Amino acid sequence: MVNRILVGAHYGLKDWIIQRATAIVMAVYTLIFLVVVGAVAPDSFETWRGIFANGFMKFATFLFFVSVFYHAWIGVRDIWMDYVKPDGLRLLMMIATATVLIGYAGWAMQILWRM
Amino acid sequence: MAEMAIKKRRPKNLDLPTIRLPLPGILSILHRVSGAAMFLLLPFLLWLFQNNLASPETFAGVKAVVGHPLAKIVLLGLIWFYMHHFCAGIRYLLLDLHKGIELEAARLSSKIVFAVSIALTLIIGARVLW
Repeated sequence: MVNRILVGAHYGLKDWIIQRATAIVMAVYTLIFLVVVGAVAPDSFETWRGIFANGFMKFATFLFFVSVFYHAWIGVRDIWMDYVKPDGLRLLMMIATATVLIGYAGWAMQILWRM
Repeated sequence: MAEMAIKKRRPKNLDLPTIRLPLPGILSILHRVSGAAMFLLLPFLLWLFQNNLASPETFAGVKAVVGHPLAKIVLLGLIWFYMHHFCAGIRYLLLDLHKGIELEAARLSSKIVFAVSIALTLIIGARVLW
C-alpha cells in the first residue's frame, strides 16, 4: 500500500513560479500606469481614452489583465484549498472561480479593443 | 503509521481568542483578505473601466458614481488593499530571494510595508478621490 506523506517532485512549482512572474508583470505595469497617469493627468473622456488608445498601453494593459486573472486564479484556488474541505463543494468553487475569470478576460479584451 | 507519527509531533493551538498575531502575521492575513476582496470587486472595477472608456455619456456616469461618498470609501479601501497587496507582495519576493529572513529584519520590513502602503493610499486617495 502506498502511503506517502509528500507527493511527487515539483508539485505546485509551476503555479508558484507563475504567481511570482505575474506579480512582477503587475508591479511593473502599476509603475508605468502611475507615471503615465501622473504625466497625462487625465480629467476628461478624451484624455482617458487617449491613454488606452496608445498601442503600447493597450498591449501592456492587456498583459496586466491576463496577469491579474491568472494570479487571482492561483490565489483564490489556494483559499478554497485551505478552507473548503468537502471535495465536491471545493471543486464547485474552483470551477466557478475559473469560469468567472475566463469570462472577465474576454470582457477585458472587448473593453480594450472595441473602444 | 508514519503519517500518524508526524501529526502527533505538531503543536496545535487553535484557541482563536487567545492567539495574538505578530505584525508579519497580520500582514500575511491581510495579504490574503485584500486579495480575496479585490477578486470579489473585479466585476465592479471592469464595469468602471468599461464605462470610463466607452462613451462620453458612460464616462459621466462613472464620474457620478465615483463622486458618491459611499463609492469613495469603497475605492479608498480598494486603493489600500491594492497598495498593501503590492507592498507585501514585494516583501514576499524579497523573502523568496532570502533577503531579510532573520526575525528582526522580517519584523522591520513588515512595519515598512504598513507605513508605505498606508502613506501611498493617503497620497493617491487625496489626489484621485478628493
